[in-house]
Amino acid sequence: MYKEGLDGVRIPSGCAVSAIFSRNADKINGEKIIKSIKLMHDRSNGLGGGFAGYGIYPTYKDYYAMHVFYNNLKAKEDCEKLLEREFDIVNLSKIPTKKIPSITDEPLIWRYFVAPLPTRLSDSQLDEKEFVVRFVTKVNSYVEGAYIFSSGKNMGVFKAVGYPEDVGEFYRLDEYDGYLWTAHGRYPTNTPGWWGGAHPFGLLDYTIVHNGEISSYDANRRFLEMHGYKCNLLTDTEVITYTFDYLVRRLGFSLEETAITIAAPFWSTIEAMPKEEKQRQLYLRNAFSGLLITGPFSIIVGFEGGVMALNDRLKLRSMVIGEKDDMVYIASEESAIRVIEPYVENIYSPKGGEPVIIKFNKQYKE
Amino acid sequence: MAIDFIYPQYEIVRNQQRCITCRACERQCANEVHTYLEDDDIMISDEYKCVNCHRCVSICPTKALKIVKSDHTFKENSNWTNEAIYEIYRQASSGGVLLSSMGNPKPFPIYWDKMLINASQVTNPSIDPLREPMETRTYLGQKPVKIQRDENGKIINNLAPQLKLDVPVLFSAMSYGAISYNAHESLARAARELGTFYNTGEGGLHKDFYKYGENTIVQVASGRFGVHKEYLNAGAALEIKIGQGAKPGIGGHLPGNKIVDDISKTRMIPEGSDAISPAPHHDIYSIEDLRQLVFSLKEATEYKKPVIVKIAAVHNIAAIASGIARSGADIIAIDGFRGGTGAAPTRIRDNVGIPIELALASVDERLRREGIRGSVSLIVGGSIRNSADVVKAIALGADAVYIGTAALLALGCHLCRSCQSGLCNWGIATQRPDLVKRLNPELGYKRLVNLVNGWNHEIMEMMGGMGINSIEALRGNRLMLRGVGLTQKELDILGINHAGE
Repeated sequence: MYKEGLDGVRIPSGCAVSAIFSRNADKINGEKIIKSIKLMHDRSNGLGGGFAGYGIYPTYKDYYAMHVFYNNLKAKEDCEKLLEREFDIVNLSKIPTKKIPSITDEPLIWRYFVAPLPTRLSDSQLDEKEFVVRFVTKVNSYVEGAYIFSSGKNMGVFKAVGYPEDVGEFYRLDEYDGYLWTAHGRYPTNTPGWWGGAHPFGLLDYTIVHNGEISSYDANRRFLEMHGYKCNLLTDTEVITYTFDYLVRRLGFSLEETAITIAAPFWSTIEAMPKEEKQRQLYLRNAFSGLLITGPFSIIVGFEGGVMALNDRLKLRSMVIGEKDDMVYIASEESAIRVIEPYVENIYSPKGGEPVIIKFNKQYKE
Repeated sequence: MAIDFIYPQYEIVRNQQRCITCRACERQCANEVHTYLEDDDIMISDEYKCVNCHRCVSICPTKALKIVKSDHTFKENSNWTNEAIYEIYRQASSGGVLLSSMGNPKPFPIYWDKMLINASQVTNPSIDPLREPMETRTYLGQKPVKIQRDENGKIINNLAPQLKLDVPVLFSAMSYGAISYNAHESLARAARELGTFYNTGEGGLHKDFYKYGENTIVQVASGRFGVHKEYLNAGAALEIKIGQGAKPGIGGHLPGNKIVDDISKTRMIPEGSDAISPAPHHDIYSIEDLRQLVFSLKEATEYKKPVIVKIAAVHNIAAIASGIARSGADIIAIDGFRGGTGAAPTRIRDNVGIPIELALASVDERLRREGIRGSVSLIVGGSIRNSADVVKAIALGADAVYIGTAALLALGCHLCRSCQSGLCNWGIATQRPDLVKRLNPELGYKRLVNLVNGWNHEIMEMMGGMGINSIEALRGNRLMLRGVGLTQKELDILGINHAGE
């Protein structure tokens, strides 16, 4: 099984995305999101599906949950050796799966709950998150046959090659409950069939599901690589994930600032803004122009305590948002919301470049 | 001596049946090629004086003239070409350095023509610039690596001074002296109309043109002609000229006969004296000296204007650019070996420097590897011939391009490559008042505006085809380029894949 990107070929893909979020931090069973994404079956082609669940590991909520694909036992040994050197591993196990005919060729899939070893962390002179990010990058770039595809706290990514509803069944998502679920069905034009290429793509607690093909890809990639990221997979989603990591975690941008940087309004729109807002937007667009994303995309960003939906500047991909009580639904198609919440209210399509950021209601802030 | 006889390269063919002996050609030719023979009522031409500038051909009311390449030849020899032989004769007779003008005409590879541009099909939509916004605005200048906030969490504008360009094309440095007053006025007005910049070159700034300051880049070259505090503060940016693509490593020479009246005042040198700018800046013998000049200029302009450092593309360009990026410069301008000039030693013009495409690719890549691409913007020139060259340059990593030769062509230059004679029949590279007035700045500036607007439309069409609606997203987007007929080494340096990959 070839890892994507190794042959230098970039893979365009279309997709379906869906998400459910409880503003009251209520638990939502994984089965619900499967039902939503399943309705958009024809928006995927069986070459990738996946989910991210938040709040699913309350027992280990203070530990980083590393989900890892291994091509073979050697890769596992190599990766674990590195893990043990840098982290305290409080729990490790295979991720429970169910054998089903539609999901084949699975790699070894392991899960580790870890915390950085205090001495290693202080020696590195890095903050904890940067320490973890560097570790993940190191394994994914240099440990052959190993790929860490989830690395946040109290959350996890589950993905595979197959239709998303089958992937959900395979990972037994009905056994998990979380306050936020995102899902993705992939329609790549070609793929070596590598599991890591499916979405969501995650780094720490930020995960991205994405529908689109960004035309700014190489400009964004080369900007990010200048700041230490390695875009090995040659996929848009990888680049968008690193963009969020760079702006939000490393530079301290708010999500709203991130949105107006990557899906910036047109200059003419900015010029017409009130003075202060105009200055702010001129600044962001000019100073971080290397991260402007063009071309079609709809993305759902999951993070601890919230979710964000964002379309490209021209709204070249569909995405609708609806509500019902404290629940928020986001999907490529309205039908994928109605199938799980027939009485959904306030359905609307956000404008191109208009970020929709939803967080826990105040009293539920963890 | 008979050995020194050089048969003209071009012959003037006059259709005597069409010629009405109006003598316009005679009046128009500053080289005095055409003469009227009263007795026979015919025009004759002295082809030995002809520079093939097409002035007479263009103005002839009956289209009686054309200029053809002479078929006169030596015994054919691939090694000792006509040109090679004549150059020997000329040097054996004069003992001098051969001089030429405009850019390197030799058949070196043109990498622009070996790169092809991408377009969207199916998986992502192309964007129609007639129906959707398509943005070509660009800002040049240092970009911050961190944001700063005030006590209320509001972002503080920590941007260094920037140049705002509505189109990613600037007019490159051509001095008042090398080109005429009317040529400068055309460039200045066009820059203002287009929302871009022209460049004074090393000859100072004529008093009349201070009003175009917001669209002017003032140059500081090794001769420091016309440099004073008011001048430095007159422009929107300052450019330290270290080198020029047509003649890397050497200075300039404007002959005394061009130093007349206003030019002498503007340059602050006596009339009739040669203006010789030294090869190096004599206060810059090393990179740390450059830093001092950069900051001297910033001090003089109160840190309100970006400083450009212009260098010629030479072998070690990536390391040099990296050094400049660490020396306080805001913008680096790189001039390729095909860049034009008003006069350069032929051997230097034709043999020194490297192609801009390769220089740009390696500079952009090196700055990124060192994590300092954001510390400077990149302008490239020498030579950008059309909008596709602009798109390719930006996709390779440039922020904007300089055009010089293309701008002069728009003003009427016919690329006869005789600027050094000062007898430009098109009123561009001359100071003779009767010739200068042939270039009407009112028309000249409109032609420049037309050219750049035309290019900009084409740039927008190409961007739209790629599914890109802002030029920032094209910058450094090398996946949008593919090479054809290039070696793996060339592809590696350009950082692009071969077509079909």
